[in-house]
Amino acid sequence: MNNIAALPLLQLSSIGKQFGGLSALSDVSLHIRRGEIYGLIGPNGAGKTTLFNVITGLYQANAGEFQFNGHSYKACKPHVLAQAGIARTFQNIRLFANLTALENVMIGRHLRTRAGVFGALLHNLATRNEERAIAKRAGELLHYVGIEKPGQTLAKHLSYGEQRRLEIARALATDPLLLALDEPAAGMNATETESLKALLQMIRASGITVLLIEHDVKLIMGLCDRVAVLDYGKKIAEGIPEEVRLNPGVIAAYLGGGDE
Amino acid sequence: MEILLQQIINGLVQGSVYALVALGYTMVYGILGLINFAHGEVVMVGAMLALSALTALLGWGVPPLLALPISLILAMLGCMVLGYGIERIAYRPLRHAPRLAPLITAIGVSIVLQNLAMMVWGRQYHAFPQLIANQPHLIGGAIINDIQIIIFIMALAIMAGLMVVVHRTRLGRAMRAVAENQHAAQLMGVDINRVISITFMLGSALAAVAGLMVSANYGLAHYYMGFLLGLKAFTAAVLGGIGNLRGAMLGGLLLGLIESLGAGYIGDMTGGFLGSHYQDVFAFFVLIAVLVFRPSGLLGERIAERA
Amino acid sequence: MKLPVQRAKIVFWLALAALLLLPFVTDALLGRGWVRIADFAMLYIMLALGLNIVVGLAGLLDLGYIAFFAVGAYCYALTGSPHLALAFPSLFPGGVHLPFWIVLPLAALVAGGFGVLLGAPTLRLRGDYLAIVTLGFGEIIRIFLNNLNAPLNLTNGPQGISRIDPIRVADVSLNASQEIFGITLPSVHLYFYLFLAFTALVIFISRRLEKSRIGRAWMAIREDEVAASAMGINTRNLKLLAFAMGAMFGGVSGTLFAGFQGFVSPESFSLMESIMVLCMVVLGGMGNIAGVILGGVLLALLPEVLRHGIVPLQQALFGKTVVDPESLRMLLFGGALIVMMLYRPAGLLPSRVRRRELDTDEAA
Repeated sequence: MNNIAALPLLQLSSIGKQFGGLSALSDVSLHIRRGEIYGLIGPNGAGKTTLFNVITGLYQANAGEFQFNGHSYKACKPHVLAQAGIARTFQNIRLFANLTALENVMIGRHLRTRAGVFGALLHNLATRNEERAIAKRAGELLHYVGIEKPGQTLAKHLSYGEQRRLEIARALATDPLLLALDEPAAGMNATETESLKALLQMIRASGITVLLIEHDVKLIMGLCDRVAVLDYGKKIAEGIPEEVRLNPGVIAAYLGGGDE
Repeated sequence: MEILLQQIINGLVQGSVYALVALGYTMVYGILGLINFAHGEVVMVGAMLALSALTALLGWGVPPLLALPISLILAMLGCMVLGYGIERIAYRPLRHAPRLAPLITAIGVSIVLQNLAMMVWGRQYHAFPQLIANQPHLIGGAIINDIQIIIFIMALAIMAGLMVVVHRTRLGRAMRAVAENQHAAQLMGVDINRVISITFMLGSALAAVAGLMVSANYGLAHYYMGFLLGLKAFTAAVLGGIGNLRGAMLGGLLLGLIESLGAGYIGDMTGGFLGSHYQDVFAFFVLIAVLVFRPSGLLGERIAERA
Repeated sequence: MKLPVQRAKIVFWLALAALLLLPFVTDALLGRGWVRIADFAMLYIMLALGLNIVVGLAGLLDLGYIAFFAVGAYCYALTGSPHLALAFPSLFPGGVHLPFWIVLPLAALVAGGFGVLLGAPTLRLRGDYLAIVTLGFGEIIRIFLNNLNAPLNLTNGPQGISRIDPIRVADVSLNASQEIFGITLPSVHLYFYLFLAFTALVIFISRRLEKSRIGRAWMAIREDEVAASAMGINTRNLKLLAFAMGAMFGGVSGTLFAGFQGFVSPESFSLMESIMVLCMVVLGGMGNIAGVILGGVLLALLPEVLRHGIVPLQQALFGKTVVDPESLRMLLFGGALIVMMLYRPAGLLPSRVRRRELDTDEAA
C-alpha cells in the first residue's frame, strides 16, 4: 500500500459472473498498468461487455475481486467507482439525449464539484465561480474531442461520430484515472475511426489509462499496448498484440466462432 | 375458521373480477407501454349497458336466462366499440408523443366517460334485477351463493380462453410479436394498428364482462363504480407484474384475497386500532412491500439493465 | 426573441403593476368571488411548480403529490385550531395555536420528511410502477386522515378541522379588511398579495434549482438513470432530494391553504386533485416553469369559467337548464384536456429544449 503508483491501476482476480444458471464470466484475471492502452477483444457474446459492467459497477460479480488504484471494490454502485476514477462510455450510446452537448459534459463535472441546494438557492460567489469553471472546462473538453458545433446543440442532433466523441468528453469530465470505452468505433467509417485513434492516443499521452473493448481488430492491434482475448467468458490469451494475433487458441476462437 | 373460509371465498370471487379488469390494463400495457387510465370507466360503461339492456329485455318479457346472455353480448359489443374509439381518438395520434401525453388524454377520457354516464344514467344507484334464485350453499360453515360460483367459474373460463387466444392463435402470435418489438413485427408484415385495435377491443370486452359481474355480485351499478375498481385492478396488474397476463390473473386473485383477509383481520391484528375501513390501505401497503422486494412485480421479468 | 435588458425591465415592472392591480380589476369587473378563485389558482401554481421538480426535472412520475399538500394543511390545522384542545382537553387545555410563521417552516420540513418516506422504498422502481406506488401513498394518507378520528380523535375524520386561525402578517390578520393609505383591502385581496409573494418565491427557487448543478443532475437522471450513475451521480440521494424538495413546496402551499380556508377536510386531497396538478404540469409544458404556470392558471380557471358560463349559456340556447351543469362542466373539461393534448403533445409551452428541437426539426 505504501507505493500505490507501483501497483497496476486495475487488478482483476478470478472474476466470475452468472446470470441464472448461465455463466457469463468465469475465473477472469487480468491487470491493467498505469498509462497503457489495454484492449479487450473476443467474438460476440464472449463476455466483454459483462466484464466491463462488472468493472464499472453496473453488475456485481459473483466471484473474485478487483482492486483499483490500490483499493478493493466489491459490490459497489457505479457512482462510487466513478468517484474512484473509472469513467466509461456505452456500446449503444447513452447520452442525455434531450440536453445540450455542453450540458452533457457539464454533468460529467458533477462528481468533482460541490454546490448543493443552498449553493443553488443563494447563488453565492463560490457557486458562481464553480459554475463558471464547470462551463469553461466543459467547453474545453468539447473542443478537445473535436466537437466544434455550438454547445447549445441537443445531444441527439449530433452526428453519430460526434455522439461517440461527446460520450468520451463527458467521461473525461469526471477526471478519470481509467477511461473505459465500449466499442467506441462501432458504426464509424474509416475517416472517423482514424480521428478516434488519434484522440485516444492524445488521451493516453495526457496520462489517462485506457481500456478498450473493440470489434475492429485492426484498430486494437494498431493502438493497444497489450490485449486480452475473451471467449465464452474465459480469458484465452493475453499479451502484446503481435503475440496474441499468432496465438492458435485465438485464431481458433475467431475462425471457429464463425461470426467474425 | 368459518370466518377465514368465508373471507377466502369472498376474496377469490372479488379477485377474479379484479383479474379480468387487470388483464385489460396489462394487455394494453404489454403492447403499447401505456397505462390505459380510462379502462375502469369502460368497466362502468359495460355494467351500465348490460343493466339497461337487461332491464329493457325483461320489460319486453324475454325470459331471464335468455336476457342475460343477450345483454352481456350487447354490453361487450358496446365496450368493444368504445375501446376501439378511445384508442383511435386519444392514444393513436400520440403514439410518438412524450410519454406523459397519452396519460393526460386518458384522464380526459375518464372524466368525459364518467360525466356522460352521469348524464345518461343519472346519479342514483341502479339495482341489479334478481334473475336467478341465487341459492346460498354452505361449505364448511361458510356461505357461497350461485352468483359467486358463476362469477368465479366464468372468470376462470374466460382467462383460460384468453390464454389460448394469446398462445395458440395467429392473432395471439401477432400480439406477442408487437409487444416484443413493434418495429420488427411491422417488418415481418404484422399490421400493428390492427393488432393494437384488437387488443383494446379484447380488453374492453373483458371489462364489460367484469362490469356485469361486479354489479351482479353487489346488486348495484353506479356511474362512479369504475374509478375505484379500475384503480384496484391496475394495482393488481402491477402487483403481478404489468405486461404479464399470468401476472394480472395472479395479482387480481391475490389482491382480492389480501383485501378480504385484511378487512377481516386488520382489527384483530391492530388490537382494534384500525378498523375494516383501512382495507384499501392494507392493499396498498402490500403492493408497496411487494414492489420493494420485487420491483417488477411478482411475475414480471427482472429486467437486467443492459448497457 | 431576446429582449434588450432595458425592455425586459419595463416588461417586468408592467407585469408587476398589472398583478398588483389584478384583484381590484377582477373585483370590479367580475366580482369578489373571482378574486378568491385567483387566490386558489396561485395555490395550484405553487403545487404545480413543486410537482414539476419531481416530474419535470427528475422524471419521477408522482400520482400522489396532493398528499404533501394535505400534510402541510393538517400541520397548520392541528396546531392553529381549537381541535386538539377539544379532542384532548387534558393535554392541550388552551389549544395549541402556534403562530403561522412558526408552523410554516415546520410544515415544510414535515412534508419534506414525508417526501423522503415516500421516496425511500420506491428508489428502485421505474416509471409506471412508481406511478402506482405514489398513487397508493396518496390514498393511504387520505384514508388515514379520513379515519384517524377513532379511537383517538387526531384528525376529526371526514368532518375535517375548522376554525383554523387566519394568517397574520406583522400582527395584522388577513381575515379582515384592512385600510392602507386610504384604500380598503378586503381579505381576499390581502391573501392574493400574500400568495403572489409566495408564488414569486417558489418561481425564484425553481429557476435557481433548474439552472444549478443539482438541477442538471436531476435532468441527467430523467434522461438516463444508468448513464447518470456511471457519471458519478448518486441517483439515490438525488431522487430523495427531488422528492423532498417537491414535497416541501406542496407542504408550504398546504399550510397557506389551511390558513386561507380556515377549514380542512380529507375531501380536498383526493386522487383527482393529484391528477389535476399533474395535468397542469404536463399540459402546460413539463420542465418549463412558464409552461407550468400557464397550465396551472388555465386548469384552475377553466372549471370556474365553465361553472359560471354553462347555466347562462343553456338558458340562452334552450330557455332552460337542460343538462346537469356540474356534469356538463366536467365533461367539457375532460374534452378540453384531450383536445389540448392532441394539438400540443409536448404541452402548451414546451420546455426550452423541446422548443429548440422543434425549431431544428422544422429547419431540417
